[in-house]
Amino acid sequence: MIDPALWSPIRLTLELATVSTLALLVIGTPIAWWLARSRAPWKDAVAAIVALPLVLPPTVLGFYLLIALGPNGPGGVIGGLFGLRSLAFTFEGLVIGSVIYSLPFVVQPIRNAFAAFGDRPLEVAATLRAGPWDAFWSVALPLARPGLVTGAVLGFAHTVGEFGVVLMIGGNIPGETRVLSVAIYDFVETLQWREAHLLSAGLVVFAFLVILSMMLVEKRLGRRSGL
Amino acid sequence: MSGGDRLSVALSGRVGGFALDAAFAAPVSGVTVLFGPSGSGKTTILRAIAGLARIGGRVAMGPEIWQDDERGTFVKPHRRPIGTVFQEASLFPHLSVRGNLDFAAKRAGPRAREEFDAIVALLGITPLLPRSPAALSGGERQRVAVGRALLTAPRLLLMDEPLSALDRATRQEILPYLERLPEERGIPIVYVTHDVAEVARLGDRVVVIDGGRVQATGSVEEVFEDVDLHLGGERAEDSVVVGAQVVRTDAAFGMTRLDLAGQILSVPFSGLADGSEVRLRIRARDVSVALDRPKAISVRNVLSATVERIVADPDTAFAEALLSVGPVRLRAQLTREAVAELGLAPGQDVFALVKSVSFDQRPFAPPGASG
Repeated sequence: MIDPALWSPIRLTLELATVSTLALLVIGTPIAWWLARSRAPWKDAVAAIVALPLVLPPTVLGFYLLIALGPNGPGGVIGGLFGLRSLAFTFEGLVIGSVIYSLPFVVQPIRNAFAAFGDRPLEVAATLRAGPWDAFWSVALPLARPGLVTGAVLGFAHTVGEFGVVLMIGGNIPGETRVLSVAIYDFVETLQWREAHLLSAGLVVFAFLVILSMMLVEKRLGRRSGL
Repeated sequence: MSGGDRLSVALSGRVGGFALDAAFAAPVSGVTVLFGPSGSGKTTILRAIAGLARIGGRVAMGPEIWQDDERGTFVKPHRRPIGTVFQEASLFPHLSVRGNLDFAAKRAGPRAREEFDAIVALLGITPLLPRSPAALSGGERQRVAVGRALLTAPRLLLMDEPLSALDRATRQEILPYLERLPEERGIPIVYVTHDVAEVARLGDRVVVIDGGRVQATGSVEEVFEDVDLHLGGERAEDSVVVGAQVVRTDAAFGMTRLDLAGQILSVPFSGLADGSEVRLRIRARDVSVALDRPKAISVRNVLSATVERIVADPDTAFAEALLSVGPVRLRAQLTREAVAELGLAPGQDVFALVKSVSFDQRPFAPPGASG
């Protein structure tokens, strides 16, 4: 049962999803905060850019990412600093692609959570001597917890299920970029039905558990945060 | 805190579609009430004092300048030594009651932390400490909010209609706690309300605000006895607020006798100790006037008085008489017809019949007040 051909893509996918989720939270939370609180006129344009991956075919995103991460793009320059010729077809490149691709799924629930509690808790925090940075950590983040949990779960799950972008920028390098969705595609192409079944059924169960647990968590947190 | 400090506020500007142009100064002691109908701008003034709303002008307390647009000074709200209680308690739902209080105490100086137990006991919230804000009643939440504001060791406490979201019974439950604050904690309060009864009960001085402007300023006695002013916009609320002293209690009839400017006023048994100071609110509609001392009448309180002024309202049937009872003034609501038939005129000696008074135990002007 512990066939390395099966195990390697599972492990790689979990690694990719974990690293991507952490990066998504670190990048997505300040963006969500800014989108929820800013009154800048170009805020909606930024929101639209963040939401682009919802509409674009993954191949379009993957195509541009391939160019950006390639030897002649900014990704190649950054990769050069670490002795790489390019970031395309690397694990790091996959993380970058996943973060951009899953960003709207993380930003939206966090932004909604920030917007939901309004100005009052932050005003109260200020009258209790908490500066803006203090209030963000001690009031805004705890109050936005249901949104943060939802964002993290969606980001993780969405990264696990990603296919088009990975195929475009990662290819199919075992142990490096050969994640679950690509592996399943490969098994089907080569008529390895048993392996394709195992991984596919596993993902169905995984998706079900993710959605169920998210609903339960939301229900519990929603009840707790009721004033 | 030095007794001579004054809170001075001068604000002018537009907030949304609303023009505000208000200036007042008040001694930093006791309770200063910002009174006005909803939409008059009083809450905006309070928010500007707290630094939560930005309106052009100047806000200072004694030597401390919190905002002065001419000098480009604007102290951020979290750097102002002010505690604020909002209309809704606005407790942090992710923290317990103790967590909410600790939030304030942690960020205030060590003195505030030492006061934790005293403040919690003062507000009667000790048994609530482990609870979640969601499990509290409206009145309990507001008490915790007051305690949380006090734990910031403020030098000024702002309260924005802290009782208006509560039902009548809950208000009565909280009022005694609020009444004790200025004396027991020595913290001056700026209190926003549109409720005349709260002004009469809590205020030491009043700033009357309407349409974004200051209509009148003065002590509670002064503002209430101004017959040209109808606080709350209706005659039914016209009243005076006066100080009196409990003389003795008549247990057999269940009456308390009060000394009002040298004359005796009888009220239903109050449970107050002899000698204690009370403040009375006497409504104009509860005061009648007679030329002779009436005999055989159920009204208990007949005070000799002198007519000081009569203001007739030609648009209605009513006229109001300002009466002096020694140094104290009463307002009496009469009909214009009665004024004409009795031939009432300033300087005339009359008898004031007082049908009812409401009172509470808070004397005027806390110790050391300069107002």
